[in-house]
This record gives sequence, C-alpha cells and structure tokens, in this order.
Amino acid sequence: MSHPGTVAAGAAHRAHEAHHEELGFWRKYVFSTDHKVIGIQYAVTGLLFLLFGFVLMMLMRWNLAYPGVPLPLIGGLFGEARMPGGTMLPEFYNELGAMHGTIMVFLGVVPLAVGGFGNFVLPLQIGAPDMAFPKINMASYWCLFLGGITMLGSFFVPGGAAQSGWTSYTPLAVIAGSGQTWWLVGMIFLITSSLLGAVNFLTTTIQLRAKGLTFMRLPFFVWAQFVTSFLLLLAFPPLEAAGVMQLMDRVAGTSFFMPSGLVVSGQVLANAGGGNTVLWQHLFWFLAHPEVYVLILPAMGIVAEIIANNTRKPLWGYRSMVYSIVFLGFVSFIVWAHHMFMTGMGTAMAAFFQTTTMIISIPSVVILTALVVSLWGGSIRFNTPMLFAISFLPMFGIGGLTGLPLGLNISDIPLHDTYYVIAHFHYVVAPGTIFALFAGIYYWYPKATGRRMNETLGKVHWFGSLVCMNVVFMPMFLVGLAGVSRRLFDAGSAYDFAQGTMHWNSVSSWGAWIMALFQIPFIFNFFWSIRNGEKAEDNVWQATTIEWSAPSPPPHGNFAVAPQAHRGPYEYSVPGANKDFTPQFEA
Amino acid sequence: MDIPYTVEVRRDTGLNNGKIGIWLFLASEVMLFGALFASYILIRTGSPSWPRGDTVLDYRLATFNTIVLIASSVTMVMAWASLMRRRFGTFRIYMAATVLLGGVFLVVKYFEYSHHLHLGEYPSHSNFFAIYYTLTGLHMLHVLGGMVVNAYFWGPGAKLWNTNPVWFTNRVEHSGLFWHFVDLVWIFLFPTLYLL
Repeated sequence: MSHPGTVAAGAAHRAHEAHHEELGFWRKYVFSTDHKVIGIQYAVTGLLFLLFGFVLMMLMRWNLAYPGVPLPLIGGLFGEARMPGGTMLPEFYNELGAMHGTIMVFLGVVPLAVGGFGNFVLPLQIGAPDMAFPKINMASYWCLFLGGITMLGSFFVPGGAAQSGWTSYTPLAVIAGSGQTWWLVGMIFLITSSLLGAVNFLTTTIQLRAKGLTFMRLPFFVWAQFVTSFLLLLAFPPLEAAGVMQLMDRVAGTSFFMPSGLVVSGQVLANAGGGNTVLWQHLFWFLAHPEVYVLILPAMGIVAEIIANNTRKPLWGYRSMVYSIVFLGFVSFIVWAHHMFMTGMGTAMAAFFQTTTMIISIPSVVILTALVVSLWGGSIRFNTPMLFAISFLPMFGIGGLTGLPLGLNISDIPLHDTYYVIAHFHYVVAPGTIFALFAGIYYWYPKATGRRMNETLGKVHWFGSLVCMNVVFMPMFLVGLAGVSRRLFDAGSAYDFAQGTMHWNSVSSWGAWIMALFQIPFIFNFFWSIRNGEKAEDNVWQATTIEWSAPSPPPHGNFAVAPQAHRGPYEYSVPGANKDFTPQFEA
Repeated sequence: MDIPYTVEVRRDTGLNNGKIGIWLFLASEVMLFGALFASYILIRTGSPSWPRGDTVLDYRLATFNTIVLIASSVTMVMAWASLMRRRFGTFRIYMAATVLLGGVFLVVKYFEYSHHLHLGEYPSHSNFFAIYYTLTGLHMLHVLGGMVVNAYFWGPGAKLWNTNPVWFTNRVEHSGLFWHFVDLVWIFLFPTLYLL
C-alpha cells in the first residue's frame, strides 16, 4: 500500500525516535532491542545451558562407568532422596537423562546456533540495521529465559524434574511425577520463543537485505538460518499442540494418549481411556525430526563461511549447496517416522519412511561433499576457527554415515534401543554441531568485542576436545553393536552379555571428564579476551561478506552508510585482483 | 534508528514487514490447529464409539456464535476500510463492534461451558469432551488475544493515527488478518465438533 503521507509520516516517526537515543543500563544491556545484544544474551544463555547439560551428563557417566559405587567427594551434595550415601538412584539417573537431552537440544544448541549466531550475524551479513521486529526479538529471548527458569526450577519440585526422556513418551510421561508438568510448561515457553524468533528471521531475510543482495548472493549461513527458521515455524506448532494435549492428560485427566485399561502398580487407571499412545510419538517426531536439521543446518552455515574464508577460495558448488539445503528443508517434514520403526508400524509405512530417509541423505551428502571439495587446492590458514570447522567435516561424516543403517527398517530394529543410536546422533550434534558452534564463536568474537580470542588457548581447546569427543563416543558404537540397551542406569551390569563391554563405559566416562578440563581454556579465553585479547581491525579475517564492513563492535544500527552488495558472497582469489579477497560490499 | 519497510512497501517483495510477519505467524497457527484436527481424526477413527456432535452439544448456540463471528469479521473489514477512507470516527464504531461481538462470542461460550460442566461433562468424561474442550478452549484463547489487540487499537493504540496514519492502517489490517483466521478456525471447528 503506497500512500502520499508516507514520507512525512516517516520523518515524524524519526523525530519521535530521536528522543530515545540515550538508553540506561537496563535498556541497553538487559531489556535491549538491539539484535547484537540479544544475540549475545542468547549465546551466553546457550553456553551456560550447554555447560549445565554437560554437568548432568558427567554425573550420569559416573554411574555408567562405576555402577553402584558411591560418587566420591560430591556424592553427598545431592541428598538422600537422589543419591543415598552417594550412590545414584535410577530415578535420579532418569531425571538427569531427560533433562540432559532437553537442555542440550532446546536450551543449549538451538539458542546458541539460531538465537545467538542467527541474531548476531544474520542482520549484519545481509546489511540490515537490525531485525525486522526488534521488540518481538526481545520478547523471544525473554520467553526462552522463562522457559529455561521453568526447566531449572523443575529440579526442585517434589519428585524432581521430568524423568521420561527428552522425548516424553506417553503413557509413561502422563503418569510421571509433577516435574513433567513443569517440563511441558517450560516447553510451551520455548516453543513460543522459537516461533517469535522464526517469524523475525524470515521477515528480516526477505525484507531487509541490502541493495543488490539477491537471494543467490546471500552467504550460505543466511540460507541455512532461513531454512532453519522455516523448520522452526512449521514444525514446532504440532509439538505445542501435543504438549497442550499431554498437559490436558496430566492436569484435566483426559485420555488423548492414554489407552483403555492401563494398569499402573497393579491398579487399573480410572481414566476414560481410548486414547492413542503412538499419536504422541507422531506429533513429537513431526517436530523433532525437523529439529535435527535445526541443530545441524546453522552449523553447516557457520562451517561454510569459515571454510571459504580460510581456504581463500570460493565455496565449491554454492548453488548446489543452496538447492540442497532448501530441498533438505522440505523433505525433513516427511521422514519423521523413521524414529518409530520400533512401534511395529506396517511395512507400507516403513517402506515410505525409509525411502524418504534415504532420499534426504542425498542433499546432506551434497553439502558435505561440497565443503570437502572446497578444501581442494586452497591455501589453508589453520587458525582456531578453521581447525574446528575442518574437524566438523569428518565428525559429521561419521555421524551421518552411521545413521544410514538406522534409516532402514530392517537394520534399525536391532540397533534402535542400543548405544549405537546414542553414538550416532551425538557424532552429529556434539563433535558435529558443537564444534561448528565453537568455530563460529572464535570466528565472530572479534566482530562482537573488537578483540580476538587467544590462538594458543584456542588450539589447546580444539585439540583436547577433538580427541576426547572421539574417546567418549567411539566406544559407544562398540557397546551398541554388542546389543546393550541405551536405557539402563547401570549400563547393563546385571546382564551377562553386557559384561564384555563394561570397560568401554569407563573409557567413555573418562573421556567426558577429561574433556571438561579442556573446556577450561575456552571459558578462560572467552572472558579474558574481552579486555585483553589482541585488538582486531574491522575485517580481521580478510573476509568478503558484509558483516565485516561494519565497525567492530558494530554500533546500534550497525552501518554508518547502508551497505550495498556488488557481487556474490565468496569472491576469494579472483584472478587479476590486487588482493586475495574481493568483498561483496566494495564497489 | 529506523527499521526499513516498517511502513512503506519494499519494491521487489511488494510487502511491508508486518504483513510478511503476520502471514508467517498464521502459517504456524495453521500447523498448530492442523495438528489438533489431525489428532481429532486419529482418535475418532480409532475409537469404537463416538457421539454425533449434535446429540451432545447445542448446535443452536454454536450456529448463533458462527453468525456472531462472521459478523465480527465484516465489522473488522469495515473498520480497516474506514481508515483507508480516512474516516477515523467510523473506524472507532466498527472496531468497537468487532470487540463487542468477540465479547458476545465469549459470553455464549461461557454459558455453553458451564452447562456442560454442570452436567458433569468434564474434559476427562470422554475423548469427545477432551478434544471439544481443547479445540474450543485454544480457539477461545485466540479470540481473547484478538480482542485484546483490537481493543488496544481502538483505545491507546489509536494515537498512532495522528502521527503515522499509514502505519496505523497497516496495523489494523494485520490485526484483521489474524481476526479472520480465528474466524476461519471456528468455521472448521463448528461442523467438526457440533454437526459431524
């Protein structure tokens, strides 16, 4: 709608805005509408939750390595209800397991990868002054915050936090203690947060691209965030619906997911019955399979940026990568039931979902191959971001390839409930996505603070993490192939067939604990470099994308003059150019 | 600092930010209600017996409510059209009518709910009532949300009309899109729950 009043109205609006230039501490750093501040809030929150989820896992790993042995030193801190005499009760293990999954996925990786990097980098990369809806952006962060507080608070309710796994399968979750109700309420906050963020990212990408920045000139990172936001927008609401129904089952006594005549502790439940327990799984995985791509696509985007920058050559097959990621986004909505082969679905359904699963592996392989081929013939700079980014490739490769047997009905059934699955998806998410996130932190830290992180500490962090990640997860393949269930709090010490793999559990555990030590250089580096890091110029990595034309750190509004895009995103080593990078933003 | 295309239209997309935002939001709402309707179908087809809606629920009240909501959609459009014609006084009347009609819907819903609760037909009574309360309850929350936004544009939000009428008109249009969506959900809900 165009209108003659627009120009005058715009001027009046600008005059109105000018009154608000001076912001106090609270408006500037806490309740900020600046996408960079919100991005950093998201990132720090995400990192704290990653650390918290890691601690939960380290506790679990004690009981897996030494089942029934009291936890030394800190075992007494958890109280008699959870660890009598320092020995972990199975209920506490379940609590840790459910909350580890929930926190890592919904409060750790997604806030960091989408909320953190998306918020901080995306508007800068497309040359926008801010997100399209800054206030909604702030609301999105505070919804996440409330969701996080709810999840943390649930540890202190009677009976403890949710214990039914991060998947909250029914009917188990419906008859579980009150922590599950908190989990559901927390999830509704987190879903709201994702929804607000997704609308914002999509609108920003569509509307606020700089002049000349056509879709095929967008950095791959922006494409990755764009597709991710569509997944969040369309896949999360069914889980919200399912969450509301589970909440009704728990609070109002309905039977959406409750079968007739369910017997619990020798008593038939008095509910109406007639519900469909598998319906929960369908609705859950309808979200949670796209969610897998929400976890991995931003990581691919970050790695693509860093590889192009540090090989000093264009990404190999940028267009095929873009088509692949869009295709991947669509197909990710029709593969969900490959998580559910164990429900005894018919062969026709299984055939459909295993076919779509095999199809979806093709675009992932295209992207991974393009990234690997991009290394070919490059003059590679092995700085910390690049080391993490390169490590992503084989780690994600292992995770992806070991997923193929899980996508086929026949081979999934013996593997699905074993440690093999744990190893598979952790290779995708932990040394895969989390390495990419570390790469991104080292890469964009100078843009956010104006200083670089220390390289030596960074390399120590990288090397230790890479070795330890493999020590943690590689043995799980062996444990899984030996057939040990992934749902046992004592790693199967009561079973004969599991005895042969018990020692691998201690190897994994020690790997995890030593990996914790290797995160100390990172934590120190992260805070120390804010004041003491080496000063960084605006375009510290000699990069080509638009965010590097802004000052470091960028002021409110980002760019003094609205930038323009003159060419594609990765014009490195252009023949005949006087330097080895030709930025998008230079005429 | 100004966000571009908050008021004016970006030439290559032909849209302002708010309109893209509201349509994306509505897409997610379609998925939310779509999942609930899909669950309804699955639970009903898997159930040995299921009451026909008009044997349990009062379809006359629901028919009345359908007419009320459709009327409120009409007044919503008229409110926006009044702003396009720069008739702020007429806008206020139509907007007030929209909010009031939403209120009538809620009052009727209140009597309907209390009637069923009085008969002991709680959500736990059967899966029919479970899905009935969940779907209509969630829809009712949407009606309430739409009313709050519309009341805001009728009252304090209307100050924007004096400083930036184009922006204000756009906002009312976007709020209207949401209101029509809520109406549309009811038009699916009504036959599904009350007639089939």
